[in-house]
Parts: sequence; structure tokens; C-alpha cells
Amino acid sequence: MTATATLTWFARHELTLAWRDWAAIMSGGKTAREYAATVFTLVFIGLLHWLAYVLLDPLIVGSIVVDTQTLVLLTAVLLAAFSMMLSQAIEQVTRAFYARADLDLILSSPAAAQHLFAVRIASIAVAGTAMTGLLAAPLINTAAFLGGPEILSAYVVIAAMAMLATAISVVAAVAMFQSIGPKRTRFAAQIIAAVVGATLLIGLQVIAIMSNGDLSRMTVLRSAATMQAAPHIDSLFWLPAKAVLGQPFALLTILALGLAALAAVIARHAGQFGHHAVKASGASDTEVARAGTTRAYRAHSMAQALRAKEWALLRRDPWLASQTLMQVMYLLPPAMLLWRDMGPDRHVDTILVPVLVMAFGQLAGGLAWLAISGEDAPELVATAPLKPGAVMRAKIEAVLVVIAAIAAPLVIGLGFIAWHSAAAASFGIVLAGSSAIAIQIWYKSTAKRSQFRRRQTASKAATFAEAFSSIFWAAAAGFAVTEKWLVVAIFAGLALAALSAAKWMSPPQQ
Amino acid sequence: MTLDASLSAPANARVAPSLSHSSPAALQLTNLRKAFVRPAVDGLSLTIHQGEFYALLGPNGAGKTTTLRMVAGLLKPDAGSISICGIDAMADPVEAKRVMAWVPDEPLIYDKLDPMEYLEFVAGLWAMDAGLAERQARDLIALLGLDQQASTRCGGLSKGMRQKVALAGALIHDPKLIILDEPLTGLDAGSARQVKAVLKNRVADGATVIMTTHILEVAERMAERIGVIAHGRLIAEGTLAELSAQAGNAAGTNLEETFLSLVAEAVSSLESVAA
Repeated sequence: MTATATLTWFARHELTLAWRDWAAIMSGGKTAREYAATVFTLVFIGLLHWLAYVLLDPLIVGSIVVDTQTLVLLTAVLLAAFSMMLSQAIEQVTRAFYARADLDLILSSPAAAQHLFAVRIASIAVAGTAMTGLLAAPLINTAAFLGGPEILSAYVVIAAMAMLATAISVVAAVAMFQSIGPKRTRFAAQIIAAVVGATLLIGLQVIAIMSNGDLSRMTVLRSAATMQAAPHIDSLFWLPAKAVLGQPFALLTILALGLAALAAVIARHAGQFGHHAVKASGASDTEVARAGTTRAYRAHSMAQALRAKEWALLRRDPWLASQTLMQVMYLLPPAMLLWRDMGPDRHVDTILVPVLVMAFGQLAGGLAWLAISGEDAPELVATAPLKPGAVMRAKIEAVLVVIAAIAAPLVIGLGFIAWHSAAAASFGIVLAGSSAIAIQIWYKSTAKRSQFRRRQTASKAATFAEAFSSIFWAAAAGFAVTEKWLVVAIFAGLALAALSAAKWMSPPQQ
Repeated sequence: MTLDASLSAPANARVAPSLSHSSPAALQLTNLRKAFVRPAVDGLSLTIHQGEFYALLGPNGAGKTTTLRMVAGLLKPDAGSISICGIDAMADPVEAKRVMAWVPDEPLIYDKLDPMEYLEFVAGLWAMDAGLAERQARDLIALLGLDQQASTRCGGLSKGMRQKVALAGALIHDPKLIILDEPLTGLDAGSARQVKAVLKNRVADGATVIMTTHILEVAERMAERIGVIAHGRLIAEGTLAELSAQAGNAAGTNLEETFLSLVAEAVSSLESVAA
């Protein structure tokens, strides 16, 4: 074996791959776009800092006072960030088990695989730090500007949290791998990652709704009940929050904890990763043997066969299951609001309608990608005796039926409060869903369904168009409830403009 | 006739005279052309008769797969015509597809359907009667030795098994014309024998099989006629004996030597023309 397969050698290799991957995503492989992407990013960062200044300026006057309310707020923010980091780390660790890209080469070489996996585990922590650090940077920098430079220690806390989240994720993934086996670990990890990432935020919102009747999480955190239940100000519970505020003991303790957890996990598990990866490669998550298919074939028209196939594949898609679960979880707070405020004098529908339209617009985009672009057997479908238009129509119908099935109970529930709100939601969902489907048709690019995660990086124009059209249709539907028709017309016009821009920028159809 | 002349001629000048066939054409290509950066298929004309087992050979990049993908309706020709069992495939592609099946070299099937479900889907695409489709599916599953995997999701099958599932999908609707691109790649000896037997039976029942392969022994043993393509043109066609004669080889020369002679001759002719 050469002396090259060391930790640093693997680290450099991983860094090169990560950088090129990121550059390709940002620029689409074109140098001119790299510059444009850099300029755009800088402008965007500047804008976020300005927004953070507008938000924090009235709140931070002089230095920050360390009282229970501040500690509660900071701890809640850190917990929310930690749950997102944990979600991301679980997902990435699981992916590291199943990624086959270069593992066959590395595992069949005489290089020490534990070095590679040590680097990969550490890189998950680095990615978590970078992602959360970037997102929080405007708030941290502005708070440091307004309240003092000691707030910059929040970056160190983020790094420590990322290390801890990675360590927990590795232990959880290995435990799942050993207890439920490689076939089910992937699916279970996706569901857990989705639930972990959303639970805290949604939980706070549900508590706020049940106790105060609004969607504000701040109401819960500032309530007298929370203050009374909070631990004493000297409790170790507040260590992370105090570390953010720059207290040296707290900061060093948190950092030491994160480093120790990550080092211990790398020492304990990096050597086993290769073994797990080999086991994962021998067991597909899709290989679910059942006790004989006894169901008789059903008579299908060609279109019915296509729709039935789409529905079967959608049902069995773990990515979609976790995505849909997320969507459903985010719909829980508005559903709670609906249930709590069901009465003639309440106006929750004003909030609910845009939330529903937005959520279903996004869901339609994901489903449409899977049905239209995510075709695993394109040549089979292309050589079947069907006109291309008939294939597309059947696929669109499959998506619409799924959207309708999920949306119907919520819209009907809304109809009991205010029929005109239900009508606005229905129109909004149809328009946002149809727009998302249209965008997926214009940007159709056949790919394996397993590449679902990459759909948003494959075409940034489609992603932005989908997001903007959902937002504008959601706003239009919301204002339709309040009967502000001029504003409705403006937002509908903006949605149509987003669609026209998407169509104009779309690649020529094959 | 010299090889140079045959390469520049639109028709297949080196087609052996003994190839007149009484049965109608299952596939007729006339002056077919397709260019990407450079011509991939360059004025190819070919007639394959019903009930024939035809092997299409050629070096890498010769235009075999491009030709077959145009026949399957997956690529649009730049020029020329394609007739499948008397149906103009360019004027009426849906009708042409109804009587044809295509099996690509990479078995593209649905990981999350099991073989029986996959075959039900394919039967639906060809609008088959449900009862008949189920019987055919069970027969094919048994014939190809997939009984144990009939209810296992395709994502968990080996490449060879996936290849057999794809083949079962191609055969379930009893196509008159079966086009296979490298069908034996990735199959073990036993599976390859099963597939070959199934294909031979189909030919015996009147179907036409067109197959590309790099395993010349398979072409030699199975095909009634062999076409050799180089640089997008048909450079020779006939039975093994006829091809040997065309290559100037002694009778009894195996296909490998004949094939290499023909391709080398064609390439050197092309180079001299280019020079």
C-alpha cells in the first residue's frame, strides 16, 4: 500500500469532490455562471443582514441581559436548530452507508477504509456547521454588531452542536442497522429524519394554538407558565444558551462535549462503516419479498395501467413517504387551528387557505416530478403502442387524483366553516397544483426515481418557478377569502408571470 | 463489385444472392440515415423476413443500437423509411409498436414492482385481456426460471434476473417482431440457454427476432442470417457460409475470423476513400 491513503489524503480527496459538486450545482458547470452565482450569493447575504438588522434593532438595546426570558428564547432557538441539524445528520449518515459511488473502488483497494469513513463522518459535522452557520450568520453577525462581539461565539456553539448531532446520528444509524437490518434502516431513517426535523417547531406551534389560539411560537416561550417551569438561572440546562452569549466556561464545556462525542464515535464506528456499507450493498431496501402474489390480474385500459403503476410506485417510494409525512406534519398546526376555532365568528380560514394552497403546490411539484421525469423504464413506455400525449395525460391524472385525495378532507372541513373559503382553497390548490405540474412538463428530464433528491438542483429555474407560483397562488387565494379582488388579481398576475418566465426559460422539448 | 462501391451504394451490394425469401418482410429499412455529430447510420437498407432469426453485428460505434432504437421508435431518423410487418412506422408509430417489442441492453424495469406486477403493467400498456395476460405471465415466469422471484421486488434482483424480467415483458404480448440489444449480457450459462431456447421457440412459432450481440458464437449458432454493420452501413449480409465466401475465407471458417476480415476490409476501404 502506498503512503497516500492517510487521513489527510482522504480529507483532501473528499474536499475536492465536495467543492466540485457544490460548484457544479451553483453554476451548472459554466464559468460565467460561477461569477453570477457568487455575485447573487453576496447580494442575497447582504439583503439577509439588512432584514436581520430590521428584526433585531428594536430588540437589542445595549448589551444583552442574561435573564430567564433570554435564556428560554435562546435555548428554544438552539433546540430548533439542533433538531434540524440532527435530521440532516441522520439522513447524511444513512446515505453514507448506502452510497455506492466510489465505495466499491475504495473497499476493494488496500487503503484503510476507516480513514475514509473517519473523514466522511467528520465531513457530515462540517457540513452541518456550514449549513446552519450560513443560515444563522445574518442573525449572529447583526446581534454581535448590536449587542457585542461575544455573540460571535454562537458559531462555536453551532460547530459543537453539529459534532454532537453527527455523533448521535452515527450511533442511531448503527443501532438501526443492527436491530432492524439494512433493508429497513434506510426507510426508517428517512422517516425519523423528517419527524425529528419538524417536531419541535410544529410542537411549539400546536401548544400555541391550543393555549392561545394563534400560530405564534413566541407566545408560548414568553408565557408566565413557561417562565415558572423554567429551571433556575444557574442550572446547567442553560449552558448552551450561555455559551452563545460568550460565557467562557459554558463555551469551553459545550465545545469539549461536541469534540469528545465526535471523536469517540469516529474511534468506535469508523472501522465498522466499511462492514456496514458492504452489508448494505448486498441488501436493497426495495427487496421486500412477500408471500406469493395471488392477486388476479385486473382488466386495465392502457391509461389505467399507467395510472395504476404510478400509484403503486408512489405508495412504495420512501423519499415520497418522508416528504409527504413532512407536508402532513406541517399541515397539522393549521388543522389544529381549524378544529379549535370551528365556529361562525372565527376567521382562521384567512390563515388556512394560503397555507393549504402553498403546501399542495409544493406536494404537486414533487409528485409531478416523480410521475413525469422520474421514469425508471422510459424505453418500455416509449415503445408501448400509446401516443406520447396519452402517456403524459395518464401520468398527470395519476398525480391529480393523489392531490385530490389528500386535499379533499381538509377542503371539506374548511367548507363547514366557510364555503367561500373552501371554494377559494379549492381553486388555489387546483391552480398551484396545475402550475407545478405544467412546470414539471416543461422541464421534463427523464431520470431514475431514486434521483428525486436531486430534482431541485437539476433545474434551479424550475425550482424557483415552482416556489414562486405556489407563493403567489397562495397569496391570491388568501386575499380571495377577504374579497380584496384587486390584490387577488395582482397576485394571480404575478403567478402567471412566474409561469410565463418558466415557460420562456424552459429547454426545447425533445 | 469492390467493397468501395458497396460502401457508397445506397442498396446492400454485398447481400448474398441466395437471400430471396418467400415470406413477407417483418422489417424493411430503406436508406435509413441518422447523424449526431457525424453520421451514425448512413443510408442503411435492410430487409428481414417474418419467422427469421437475424443477428446484427458490428464493431463498437458501428450504428447497431442507433438503428434498432430508430426501429423501436426511440429515435427519429433523419431520412429513410421503416416498415414493420407492412406498417409504415413513421406514419403510424402506434400501430407499429403494437406488433413489436424492444429489449435494451440495460434492463430498465421498475425497482419497486415485482416481476408479476411488472408484467401486469406491460400487459396493460399493450391492452391485453387480463386473464390471458396472467396466464402468459405465469408461463413466462416459469419458462425463464423466475418462479422463486415472482413476488420479489425487482430492485432486489440480480442483473441477469432483471434481464429475464425485461425479456418476459417483451414477450408477454406475443410480438411479431422482437428486437433485442445484447440480450445475453450479464446472464449466466444456464440463464443464457433458457433465453436462447425461448427465443428459438418464438421464431419457430413465426415471430421474427433481431438481435445485436458481441458474442459471435451466439450469432453463429442461432441466427439464420447475419448482417454486419460498420460506420453506419451494411457491409455484408448472409448466412455464415455466404459471409465467409464474401470475406474470401475458406469454407468452414468461423464467424469471428469472417467478421474481423469483413470489418478490417471495410475500415481500410473507408480510410482509403477518405484519404
